[in-house]
Amino acid sequence: MSHAEHAHQSIWQKYIFSTDHKVIGLQYLFTGMFMALLGGFFSYAFRMQMAFPGKDVPLWGLVTAGEYNALITNHGTIMIFWVAMPVLIAALGNFLIPLMIGCDDMVFPRINRLSFQIFFLSAVVLLASFFVPGGAFAGAWTAYPPLSSNPDYSLTPLGSVLWLIAVALEFVAFLLGGINFITTMMNARAPGMKMYDIPILVWMIVIASIVFMASVGPLVAGAVMLLFDQLFAVGFYNPAKGGDPILWQHLFWFFGHPEVYVVLLPAMGIVAEILPVFARKKLFGYKTILYTAIATGTLSMFVWAHHQFVAGIDPRMANVFTITTVLISIPIAEMVFVYIATLYKGSIEFSSAMLFALSFLVTFLLGGVTGIFLGASASDIYFHDTYFVLAHFHFTFVPIAILAVFAGIYYWYPKMFGRMMNETLGKIHFWGTIITFHLIFLPLFYTGAAGDHRRIYNYDNFPDLAKPYMNDLRIIATIALIFMLLFQIPFLYNFVVSWKKGAKAGKNPWNANTLEWTTESPPPHGNWKELPSVYRGPYEYSVPGRASDFWPQNEKA
Amino acid sequence: MQFIIERASSFAADIDFMILLIALLGGFWFFVAQGILWYFMFAYRRSKNPKAAYVSGEKPEETKWIHWPHYAVIVCDIVIIAFALKIWFGVKQTLPPPDSTIRIVAQQWAWKFYHPGPDNQLGTADDIGTVDELHVEVNKTYHFKLESDDVLHSFSVPVFRLKQDAVPGRIITGWFKPTKTGQFDIQCAEMCGIAHGAMAARIHIESPEDHQAWVKSLRPDQVTKQNQQESTTEQNPSKGTEAI
Repeated sequence: MSHAEHAHQSIWQKYIFSTDHKVIGLQYLFTGMFMALLGGFFSYAFRMQMAFPGKDVPLWGLVTAGEYNALITNHGTIMIFWVAMPVLIAALGNFLIPLMIGCDDMVFPRINRLSFQIFFLSAVVLLASFFVPGGAFAGAWTAYPPLSSNPDYSLTPLGSVLWLIAVALEFVAFLLGGINFITTMMNARAPGMKMYDIPILVWMIVIASIVFMASVGPLVAGAVMLLFDQLFAVGFYNPAKGGDPILWQHLFWFFGHPEVYVVLLPAMGIVAEILPVFARKKLFGYKTILYTAIATGTLSMFVWAHHQFVAGIDPRMANVFTITTVLISIPIAEMVFVYIATLYKGSIEFSSAMLFALSFLVTFLLGGVTGIFLGASASDIYFHDTYFVLAHFHFTFVPIAILAVFAGIYYWYPKMFGRMMNETLGKIHFWGTIITFHLIFLPLFYTGAAGDHRRIYNYDNFPDLAKPYMNDLRIIATIALIFMLLFQIPFLYNFVVSWKKGAKAGKNPWNANTLEWTTESPPPHGNWKELPSVYRGPYEYSVPGRASDFWPQNEKA
Repeated sequence: MQFIIERASSFAADIDFMILLIALLGGFWFFVAQGILWYFMFAYRRSKNPKAAYVSGEKPEETKWIHWPHYAVIVCDIVIIAFALKIWFGVKQTLPPPDSTIRIVAQQWAWKFYHPGPDNQLGTADDIGTVDELHVEVNKTYHFKLESDDVLHSFSVPVFRLKQDAVPGRIITGWFKPTKTGQFDIQCAEMCGIAHGAMAARIHIESPEDHQAWVKSLRPDQVTKQNQQESTTEQNPSKGTEAI
């Protein structure tokens, strides 16, 4: 079907059942933002219970032990599978890949539409699980059997099943999306765009999709076995029938740890796009970044059992996984060094997008360094399943799924909607978010080191942990969380109001080089009237001897 | 770490050393990287430096600034791995000869502890069974046999720096040697259902005299009850083979 035939579409065709990659990208973005609000609200409810045990929580009521477990379980599930994945990979991947490589759409637009529809269905199934008898699944987002496989133990006979079906559907959606990203990048690049001319973000999303597709298979098989255990009591994970609960942990983490890098790499990609634009500086070591990303993706397939050091695996195996896990610090450190080097002798403009991108580096450094305590088996014996782990991975996941995503939204909003966002509100949002973020999780590093273990609805049961100063730290974290959530209001206001009232953006408001900035904002159906050709790499800023400090990829000599 | 949480086992200091070592090596790189990052952000702001330089980062004299720190990171990694493996070996891969052995059974949502009693043999008539209360003597090496009746649990004693999951169908053996008297928390550190947050127990580390006094203070029914439980468990065919 040619694009001319698309000229007159009903609203229904244009926005709901569209095959246009930009519309699908925005569908993923809005779904992800809605789920993020829900996940944020859950964290508010359970943190209030932790700070003020047994008191009625405004907007929720009394948080019972069962509800508490359901809230933490679904907070984790939502933030990983229904926020980080759809926004970082699906929303940005769909919206940006065709625009950045200069083609008119994904190569499989209908598979793309199917991917979103299955994803949307998975979100509906997950939300439905809160309204079934017994309530939503409450066995932690890792869903370890036998707790997750046997309703006699979990007391959520329907919630467990719906949770598992929702997650499995979500995987199907991202498998379909991943096929699209990889094929599109391989086959639909603009004439002249060689491998090393592809923007890093596109590489990152494609490498992430490959890692996802390579790691998710075993977990899908594991999920089917878990479903059989739940529904027909088959016993894959039941030792009394010859099964083994540890099997699930291997299948889960064989996917679960690469998943960290599946979301990390696109976030690194966003930062790689934004740093050069606002430092007016060529990205330092394009090939180094590309190769370290491939190395990270490969190595990430061999580290999974560091989640299981004390789970009852053969202790000799822990040695192997300590080595691989600590070694993954090498490509990651290299990538962070390269990003810092990009700033050297730059001319840095602290726009909202740049502030969020820089805050990614500042916070991710702490998240990365604290990971070493957990990757080294000896110290993990103590830190495993404490709040130290929780603070560590929030210092990685918040930079990834929140800070980098905000950087991306402030940066590409003009392209998505044709209008600029308000910079003052953006800076209020930035400082409000980043300060409260540190006030939430720095105290939790301490409570974790002092022995707070995870998923506890009331520390009064543990005399060594119920000390007043420990509770003060929990209260600080909770109050900071409330402020962090409130500081999202300026963002939402900015997002909605700028849509109609923001200053007109024009084609290229940031004077950037990549191809998405060479078409209208927002791009029309089909993206360009005439598809662009490429003559150089994406990061040629401040090239000596040129009057202009940028050099778009499609500009002839 | 001992300023944050007490040490009460023979290997707690080793694990704290590991934590300190990583804090020093990781902390060094953390502060170096942050320092350079913040310096660049400050020194190369637009108002100070309106025109950016052109640096590709592909030439050897440029990439050395990345590669040299990078080799240093590798050296730090190797040091960390070496100590991690050594300390892990001592805590989890070796079993020093025990002075006594206890049996720990986790269930939703309680800890059952079986002490060997005066004859120091598990599975005999004088075994002492308790719930949510473990009594051990200071400076004696204990083996524990960890089991679960239902779902996964995790036997965690923060002052020992010890954590081990309990897995249904397995008996997992580990060890500890208390070095300090007092009462401390035992936690369940693995999500185990609705009352996971209330699955608490206490460990009582006692001098030999206090321990004897505790044994004498027990009523006879606590002792016999334990013995019956022990025999039913031994007939349970679902129990798997022992694994360290």
